[in-house]
Amino acid sequence: MNEIPQMDDQAAPEPKRLSRQGEERRKLLRSAAVGGAMVCAALAGFFQHKFANAAPRLRPPGALDEEAFLAACIKCGQCVQVCPVRAIHLADLHEGVGNGVPYIDARAQACDFSCDATQCILACPTGALSHGIDKKEQVRMGVAKLVAPDACLARKGEGVKGPARGAAFPGLLRYEQVDRWRPQPVAKHEYNLDSCDLCVRECPIEGAIAMEPLTNDPADKRRTPVVRKSCVGCGVCEMMCPAEPAAIRVEIMTTGREEGVRRS
Amino acid sequence: MKPGFLSRTLNGLAMLLGRQPTKPEPEEMTEDSRALHAFKKTPAERKRRKAAIAAERAEEGHSHKWRNRRWASIIAVNGVFVLSYWLDLQLVEGALTASRVFGFHFADLNSSLQLMLAHKHVVLNLVIGVTTVLALYLLFGGRSFCSWVCPYHLLSEIAEMLHLKLADKRLVKNHELDRRLRVALFVVFAALAFATGYTLFETISPVGIVSRALTYGTAVGLIWVLLLLLVEIFWSRRFWCRYVCPIGLTYGFAGVAAPVRILYDGTKCFHEGKCRQVCLVPHVLDMTKLGYAAEVRSPVGPDCTRCAMCLDACPTGALTFDIAGVTRRPPVEPPPLTPPPEGPQVGVGRAGAKTEPVA
Repeated sequence: MNEIPQMDDQAAPEPKRLSRQGEERRKLLRSAAVGGAMVCAALAGFFQHKFANAAPRLRPPGALDEEAFLAACIKCGQCVQVCPVRAIHLADLHEGVGNGVPYIDARAQACDFSCDATQCILACPTGALSHGIDKKEQVRMGVAKLVAPDACLARKGEGVKGPARGAAFPGLLRYEQVDRWRPQPVAKHEYNLDSCDLCVRECPIEGAIAMEPLTNDPADKRRTPVVRKSCVGCGVCEMMCPAEPAAIRVEIMTTGREEGVRRS
Repeated sequence: MKPGFLSRTLNGLAMLLGRQPTKPEPEEMTEDSRALHAFKKTPAERKRRKAAIAAERAEEGHSHKWRNRRWASIIAVNGVFVLSYWLDLQLVEGALTASRVFGFHFADLNSSLQLMLAHKHVVLNLVIGVTTVLALYLLFGGRSFCSWVCPYHLLSEIAEMLHLKLADKRLVKNHELDRRLRVALFVVFAALAFATGYTLFETISPVGIVSRALTYGTAVGLIWVLLLLLVEIFWSRRFWCRYVCPIGLTYGFAGVAAPVRILYDGTKCFHEGKCRQVCLVPHVLDMTKLGYAAEVRSPVGPDCTRCAMCLDACPTGALTFDIAGVTRRPPVEPPPLTPPPEGPQVGVGRAGAKTEPVA
């Protein structure tokens, strides 16, 4: 095929003109095929999201309800950049229309509101992380739930000696008594607890979770964590739970996340 | 229509929308331009050009000055994104879809358009970001982004080099597509965003994918980018940028009358077509064919990415950067009534590139 249009328009002989017409038709068909392929590729992302039934992702604080969030997010990662504990990651192409959308893997690194809440929200240029939130207590990412009660150390009456998740765990947490401003490695923090209460002790939301006796017997050391309505689903309890896999986990909300949003 | 700003702009818009360039009728040309064409078609002038071209071809090789500057620009801009994050410099945060530059919001026009259509709601920060970027594109020409910033463009240029090498050896053949495809895809993706409520184009946009992969290490998406590059190498030269990318179309509209542009000077041109050979969007250089320019000095249309490959390729300095109303040029001289004396040295060389660009 000619790359350069020729300058001189010589009248082409008849058979050549026919083949030029054929070439034009082929070009049109090729273009339609390529266009179709591109739309199909994008639609694959859509169907992947609609029908693959993948487990929902924990979204950063302030995220709109899932469908609105996916639409409103411009996939820039500014929320990733401001997070002091690097809790936020961007999803990749295999998550379909979720490609480039931020999520949190709470077990690996939960949002502990080290930033004094909602830096990611302030960084969001589109309001996908709702600008109507300005306190961590308004956030609704999910709700913590004791998913494996039998694994819970408190319910077994067991304590914790040493770091919560072992010496190799890379996660960070704000230990205010150590440093008000810089989150500290969880692995560097030694605990010495007769009865494990890490999910309650390290919860950044006051009154969101409490330890209650398992039985009425005062001699019984066993306790059980009880999650209250004010839980925001940040996942710190999930990150800190020494049981493997975690006994307490965040049940991710995909709707109802905007409940705490200040309407203006 | 009379030659001038309006006819140029309308023609530029029509070509953005996929119209094939046409040769203007004599009444659509300026008097000077008609005279220049007539002069250039005189046998003596043809002969002089031929001799000059022969002399010029004796010393082969062409400059890569602009390409090198552009590559430096692409690497620098994307490098600042990456370093800002990894070294926590906080100069440019985000990705090419949206960012904060020294704290100021920037938002990509096409990403924002998709988002507004899908989400049907706009917040102030986004309006600020869009306005800032739109102002830049109105000034510099939207598609300047393509060749001076877009990281996919750089990858695609390398793929193009491979394609041309293989095509030279007749191992691959370029398959041209219809430029109206881009318009169709723009409409389809806009409609899909509105109808489904998802920014579907974002899912497959190699600009966002490469930009995020560089900064955040999301590497799975690069498989898709690699696939696109393979298509460009083996099947259709620069097919994404030429025929598919709706981003380029959005930017083209934004820069439809941008003062920063490339200017074609018909008096210096030998009509060798070297510029069209290297051009990503050769339809914008149709006026460089002998007898096609409506004006003696014609600005290149809005689909032009200001990549300046044509400046590098042009042996006569007929193409230069220009800022409307700022760059000073001597008035157009009427063609001489008698052709200059014959001689290969006349008019050869890289003269004429007097203006420095602001890009």
